[in-house]
Amino acid sequence: MQINIKRRQGSFLVDVGFSGSDTGVTALYGHSGAGKTSVVNMVSGLVKPDKGHISVKDLCLFDSEKGINLPIDQRRIGYVFQEGRLFPHYSVKNNLTYGLKLTPPSLRFIDFDSVIDLLGIGHLLERRPSKLSGGEKQRVAIGRALLTSPAILLMDEPLASLDAKRKAEVLPFITRLSAEFKIPILYVSHHIDEILNLADKLVIMDSGRVIASGAPEDLFSKPDLQKHISMDDHGSVISGVVDDPSNCAGLTQLKFGSLYLTVSPVNAPKGMPIRVRIAAKHVGIALKKPEDTSFHNIFKGTIRSIVDNEGAFVDVYVDIGRVLLARISRHSCNRLDLHEGKEVYAMIKTVAVSLGGSNEDRE
Amino acid sequence: MHFWQLTEIEIEALKLSLQVSLWAVAVSLPAGIFAAWILARVKFPGKNILDGLIHLPLVIPPVVTGYILLLLLGRNGAIGNLLYKYTGIVLTFNWKGAVIAAAVMAFPLLVRSVRLSLEGVDQGLESAARTLGAGPIRVFFTITLPLTIPGIITGMILAFARSLGEFGATITFVSNIQGETRTIPLALYTFTQVPDGEIGAMRLCIISIVIAMAALICSELIARRFSARLKG
Repeated sequence: MQINIKRRQGSFLVDVGFSGSDTGVTALYGHSGAGKTSVVNMVSGLVKPDKGHISVKDLCLFDSEKGINLPIDQRRIGYVFQEGRLFPHYSVKNNLTYGLKLTPPSLRFIDFDSVIDLLGIGHLLERRPSKLSGGEKQRVAIGRALLTSPAILLMDEPLASLDAKRKAEVLPFITRLSAEFKIPILYVSHHIDEILNLADKLVIMDSGRVIASGAPEDLFSKPDLQKHISMDDHGSVISGVVDDPSNCAGLTQLKFGSLYLTVSPVNAPKGMPIRVRIAAKHVGIALKKPEDTSFHNIFKGTIRSIVDNEGAFVDVYVDIGRVLLARISRHSCNRLDLHEGKEVYAMIKTVAVSLGGSNEDRE
Repeated sequence: MHFWQLTEIEIEALKLSLQVSLWAVAVSLPAGIFAAWILARVKFPGKNILDGLIHLPLVIPPVVTGYILLLLLGRNGAIGNLLYKYTGIVLTFNWKGAVIAAAVMAFPLLVRSVRLSLEGVDQGLESAARTLGAGPIRVFFTITLPLTIPGIITGMILAFARSLGEFGATITFVSNIQGETRTIPLALYTFTQVPDGEIGAMRLCIISIVIAMAALICSELIARRFSARLKG
């Protein structure tokens, strides 16, 4: 997937270039109003770029220089909208087959029954969309888009209208479908926890531009990117594998490098790769190894850098084999005489580690 | 003679009225939906003028509308002349002309109702259908039109009722010819002009009210059923 587009919308300029792999999930992340939806709409053809180039796999969807602008219905994209947009006058089944029937049999590679099975919507087929819960609606909307056997699946905050419980109900399906159907997914979200374990590649957007792209754990350890991430999401992302799904305390133990991290129980088999996010505000710093404490996770490390924030806080980047971000008060920083290269202990509360949809979400 | 026994003249007027009104609705429906769609969805310079033209019959005296129709569609009129020359169709002084008069008078009501309904259709659903591989025409017939049906039904009933009551434009354009253009309102008017016409006038008056009420109740029931179905 190659995207390189420009479009002026009033005083707002979207000027975006990035590439995504032809398999897996590319997540488009940024504040609301960063221009993420505009990008997805331009890929879908609902909005026309002023200039640029869009191609998916080997198919060129748009090229201003060559004068190519494929009509929406010929782009072979599946689009899952934030609000589902199921057709109210059709049953669930007819919603699902609307696009399927318009796809020539020779281009179909996704089987009706396997989609119904994967999404668990077999018992809903005869119902009307108005009789579905929010989570069911989104699953049907995903199925409807999938059944057109698209070359790419666009998902614009598909979970944003759902509460935490419904999110947890839909997210596993999305994770599975990217693997199962081998369709590249362009996934828009402004919730880092949602895409934490979903994204193979992260593209961070702000004010209509791409700020950075790469693997999630790399991007989140970079100090200069923190300002493009919403305040609550400040923190570090660490990837590891499940080492012990349920240890003696009933908690899950993860392994990353030679270190172990204890987190809330995860329903996942041993060896499963997982990314976790550790919010900066939940990381404490001590000069001596704390004893008799409730903290399960205490890591020895050295301070790599200290970034002054506006307000009363500073961000301390601690190298524990991975980069860990701690937000502490400036007063504490001075009191402990923290500086680059100093050896410290970082403490993380078990309950504060966010598992990015592998478990119940925050909110 | 019993009060409820309709005379032949009255039966004739009733049949003619139904015939003219049904045709008027049928003729104006496709054009009405098209006009409503243009007003609801297309932006172009001079849209206000088109909007005004469509609504004109609602605000000018019906006699004026009838006179304009006579000027345009009469045997020697600008359009009527061509129509006769190439198709042999004559609209003046026959029931087809009455259909045209009724259709023109009812058109604004039809367009208003369909337009309102169209504007209520979520265009996001249309975009969604496009991304699922449907071309614009298919989207119109599978998404837009079905979701507009309650407004179309209401518009059709309003147009039908308006056609039943059409008087001024009809009498001016196609005159008052028994068995040809004398619909219920014209027959009623004729009864009031002759001695001993009161009973006939009263009967036609009651018939008009009954038909109009029945139409309104039917439309309400049908529209409600469709809204319920559309919302699931």
